[in-house]
Amino acid sequence: MDSEKQYIELYEQTREMLCQHSAEPLNILRGQAFEDFRRLGFPTQKVERYKYTDVSEAFAPNYGLNLSRLDIPVNPYEVFKCDVPNLSTSLYFMVNDQFYDKILPTAALPDGVFVGSLCEAAKKHPELINKYYGTLARTHKDAINALNTMLCQDGLFVYVPKGVVVERPVQVVNVLRSDVDLMVNRRVLVILEDGAIIKLLFCDHAIDDRDFLTTQVAEVYVGENAHLEMYDLEETHVKNHRFSNLYCDQQRYSTAVLDSITLHNGLTRNRADVTLSGEYAETTLNGLVIADKQQRVDNNTLIDHRVPHCQSNELYKYVLDDQTVCAFAGRVLVRKDAQQTISQETNANLVGSKEARIYTQPMLEIYADDVKCSHGSTVGQLGDQAMFYMRQRGIPYDEARMLLKFAFAADVLQTIQLDALRDRLHYLVDKRFRGELSKCEGCKMCK
Amino acid sequence: MEEKNSFVREVAEKKYEYGFTTDVQTEIIEKGLSEDVVRLISQKKGEPDWLLEFRLKAFHYWESQEQPEWGHLQMPDIDYQAISYYADPTKKAADDGKSKEIDPELMKTFDKLGIPLEERLALSGTAVDAVMDSVSVKTTFREKLKEKGIIFCSISEAVKEHPELVRQYLGSVVPYRDNYFAALNSAVFSDGSFVYIPKGVRCPMELSTYFRINARGTGQFERTLIVCDDDAYVSYLEGCTAPMRDENQLHAAIVEIVVMENAEVKYSTVQNWYPGDKDGKGGVLNLVTKRGHLRGANSRLSWTQVETGSAITWKYPSCILSGDGSQAEFYSVAVTNNYQQADTGTKMIHIGKNTKSTIISKGISAGKSQNSYRGLVKVSAKADGARNYSSCDSLLLGSECGAHTFPYMDVHNDTAVVEHEATTSKISEEQLMYCNQRGIPTEEAVSLIVNGYAKEVINKLPMEFAVEAQKLLGVSLEGTVG
Repeated sequence: MDSEKQYIELYEQTREMLCQHSAEPLNILRGQAFEDFRRLGFPTQKVERYKYTDVSEAFAPNYGLNLSRLDIPVNPYEVFKCDVPNLSTSLYFMVNDQFYDKILPTAALPDGVFVGSLCEAAKKHPELINKYYGTLARTHKDAINALNTMLCQDGLFVYVPKGVVVERPVQVVNVLRSDVDLMVNRRVLVILEDGAIIKLLFCDHAIDDRDFLTTQVAEVYVGENAHLEMYDLEETHVKNHRFSNLYCDQQRYSTAVLDSITLHNGLTRNRADVTLSGEYAETTLNGLVIADKQQRVDNNTLIDHRVPHCQSNELYKYVLDDQTVCAFAGRVLVRKDAQQTISQETNANLVGSKEARIYTQPMLEIYADDVKCSHGSTVGQLGDQAMFYMRQRGIPYDEARMLLKFAFAADVLQTIQLDALRDRLHYLVDKRFRGELSKCEGCKMCK
Repeated sequence: MEEKNSFVREVAEKKYEYGFTTDVQTEIIEKGLSEDVVRLISQKKGEPDWLLEFRLKAFHYWESQEQPEWGHLQMPDIDYQAISYYADPTKKAADDGKSKEIDPELMKTFDKLGIPLEERLALSGTAVDAVMDSVSVKTTFREKLKEKGIIFCSISEAVKEHPELVRQYLGSVVPYRDNYFAALNSAVFSDGSFVYIPKGVRCPMELSTYFRINARGTGQFERTLIVCDDDAYVSYLEGCTAPMRDENQLHAAIVEIVVMENAEVKYSTVQNWYPGDKDGKGGVLNLVTKRGHLRGANSRLSWTQVETGSAITWKYPSCILSGDGSQAEFYSVAVTNNYQQADTGTKMIHIGKNTKSTIISKGISAGKSQNSYRGLVKVSAKADGARNYSSCDSLLLGSECGAHTFPYMDVHNDTAVVEHEATTSKISEEQLMYCNQRGIPTEEAVSLIVNGYAKEVINKLPMEFAVEAQKLLGVSLEGTVG
């Protein structure tokens, strides 16, 4: 496949324009990323971590890019009204890969906390960006990282200084908006210094009926004693292709909850690599996928236990219908010195149709002896007995099926610690199962 | 502490029991692999043209391929030109015109291994095919089995005596293009066993093959073919040992099993190839393709394996469940110590309706070894009502070893129920404490706990093998505590 060629040529032709509309710390890494991308090419399905997704095919079409950073005429506050009721958040928008700064939430964040454009941050906090940008998401091994690093021009930067607690959850809505087929290369950098606490909620929406290809590379640093909750909710449409790479590094006594929920999409590949580099760190990785029609979702995770006394929990649930093809591959690596590790990995899949396919691969790779690690994985259907019980009590077949599916998915939703968000997701999942794409009343995409 | 050290030393110096060599005149062909060598092997065995053709096709395919590298293994470079592909220890006797008699040296060897080739001395109820290097030395109880219509002989004899059967089934389960090592084996395979159980016959005794590598600088490439016709039953055992050599010896075998309607095959292996010394020098590279095809409705196949030997074990005894209602089982205990490496597991491919498979795998790693379970459960779109249960547990004894689990589940059917669970842990302090408290020394306690842990699998072995397997577990793990 020659999918790489157009990106190599694109970079060679537009290098100056790319740099001109970006910031110095991002530009420094471009050259190396380009070299790496040219060397690597897109991974084939023979590469273990890309076994279930044909990357080359997804990147083959010719997408437009907004390299000269033209303003997209949109007011997200007008088009987007799917907010979470009863949840008071500091609401921010990203339009494609640009931070929307025309209207900002009125409630101020605590002192020192920064939520905004990466390029803007490069001016205000160059030392931070220089120190952290590109250090977790290395480009020498992963072509998606390399491609994103070489093409991205802006992104989101979240910074919480030492000991600061951000009470109000921060909600960032990524809106895909374009009149032509568009490729978006978004970058996210989250830094929590020691003792910082923040809750982040990312929502992905596409408001135009266009083909979108998004690459997103997120780097997340969680300092000592820091606490991060990050929820990533995708509700796009079938023409959307998303490649997301998330890298998280945790220091001593830190906790991180990383949730990824895919309610509606086209093709999604989420990669999450968590490194536990400080003792007594705890990480929770949850995922929920509801897929029907020809949706494809591929979640690929790695939890790397580098030091002793850490704990990791992983729970991924899939509900599959129609002709969907989904995959889950979770690898837990316990290195030689990571004694006293506790790790639990669960993947459960509900297959509801003849043509749906699921590939699951829960892996344990353990080099330390004093550990407690387990994984479980199941593929099955709704229980006959439970169905019978409900039918007996006069619940119609479809309703009973839905209730059971809902109960199955509820396990993951239960782990969400933001009450209002949990309620909202219950509502969305319920609607999703009823075949309505979480239609609220206001926004453009729902009309 | 001192006591522990002395114990460790004692065990470290403990020799591999079967590491002796037999001084017997052996005809070994020149080292190296080429089309001429393939032709020479075929000629030496006096094979028909179709088999030579099969070998040549396999050889050309092998030449076009590269050795795979995806295993979780540190594989030493194998120089395929530095191996001799045919060694015949029975040559002398044949030259003397006493082809019926076996060289007494060979007899002694097998006696030493506890495999008496004289029928009157043999364990009652087990017929043995003894294979040394590339040639089958003797097959016992053949006449008695013949009365029931059972064919049990070396594959070379089968080629001559039952060409129609061999031709029909050879390569039908594991085609020569299956993988790199299967292609190699198909090109140069020497001896192995052939078993045919006719319709409705229940084999009255256990059939067993004993493999032994003896000559230096050779590899063993045996080929086993088992065909179990409708309503028939057989239990088959396989054992193997090799002398201690400081070079890596290659063992690339193929086992093919065909199970017809309502038939049942039990295949048990106690694999005890030389594992290399305590510094990881030498040892057998055990790269084997084993597969059973459950063709008939309601057929059954069970693989039971106890893997304690080999420097590297890389094999996945698999089942293709095409017959409706067929059932497959896989029970495995894999023990690795010192620098041993194992990447083993199974593949269950569900094609027929209402098929059922069970996987129980127990890995035990000690020393500086790496032990991986890798398994595939595939349910095809037509396999309605397929059911799989997999459980793989790993036990870690020592802080420098590794235990890994790589299960793959590909489900293309909405009526399938597939379950997988795995745990990894070490022997709990409480269990040890409990034993110690009751006066059981730590080493014994570990052995006791490990045996209990592996019991689920060992129970599936035939009696004689179960005893041997239990002993092997003990020996393989001695000195791992402390």
